Amino acid sequence: MMIITLAHYLTVSGIIFGIGIAIALSKRNVIAVLMGVELMLNASNLVLLSFSRFGGLYNSEVAPVTGHVFVVFVLTVAAAEAAVALAMAVLMYRNRETVDLDRIGSMRW
Amino acid sequence: MESLGVVIAFYVLSTITIGSALAVFLLRNLVHAIVLLVLSFLGMAGLFLTLSADFIAISQILIYAGAISVLLVFAVMLTPLGSRDNANSLYINIGAPVGFLISLLIGFMAWNTSWNELSSNEIKQRDFTDTIREIGDQLLDKHLLSFEVASVLLLFALVGAIILVKEVKKEEDLIVESENS
Repeated sequence: MMIITLAHYLTVSGIIFGIGIAIALSKRNVIAVLMGVELMLNASNLVLLSFSRFGGLYNSEVAPVTGHVFVVFVLTVAAAEAAVALAMAVLMYRNRETVDLDRIGSMRW
Repeated sequence: MESLGVVIAFYVLSTITIGSALAVFLLRNLVHAIVLLVLSFLGMAGLFLTLSADFIAISQILIYAGAISVLLVFAVMLTPLGSRDNANSLYINIGAPVGFLISLLIGFMAWNTSWNELSSNEIKQRDFTDTIREIGDQLLDKHLLSFEVASVLLLFALVGAIILVKEVKKEEDLIVESENS
């Protein structure tokens, strides 16, 4: 009988985190880099939820939803981060007519 | 984690999620990459459902697959002269190995650590039906301060994004306007 354990979920989340890091480090377009960051945040959410489900050190009288609450905050911060970062990408395009990170070397010029 | 359906759902959903995340890395078209990123978010929401986190799964679909993907598409559309080819820079020689090594490291640690996790019977005993009620209780009780801080953060992000993309009038235009009036 196959059983899904905590390690399965951690492996999936580790793979997605690695793909997110690879995207964020190696893409040239600012928007693609942001997509990598979103994937990494998603992987961290999966870790929080799986520990909340399988964690053995939790007081059993209270329903174990502290991980869920943490994920709600991560979602909030991710939404705020995406809004501000994409506004910065649009601003960068307006000033330089490019979103290519290889052609943006300095903060001001 | 005892029923066969959960096992099948876990493998199918993680295949979808990992496969479409890989496709985001490999595809040569930025808009296609965004579509597959949405698919990856949806698969992740399904994985959250297998962890019996229903509220978080719905929030994931609303916020990630709904709002953030629309924001990404808007950013692509607002940069019409930018490249659409999803190309890699030279840093791929560092980035891809680093990502691979981190995946390997996390996988190794996941399988070689004793996590002191609950068995499926204990999880069953501890089951509760309504995550939304519990999350709401804790959010307004134990975590009230962070809840308020999060609302302030959202307000600042809203104002900051609007200020950043607002059209700034040039000084000459302002002078001409004041002369006209």
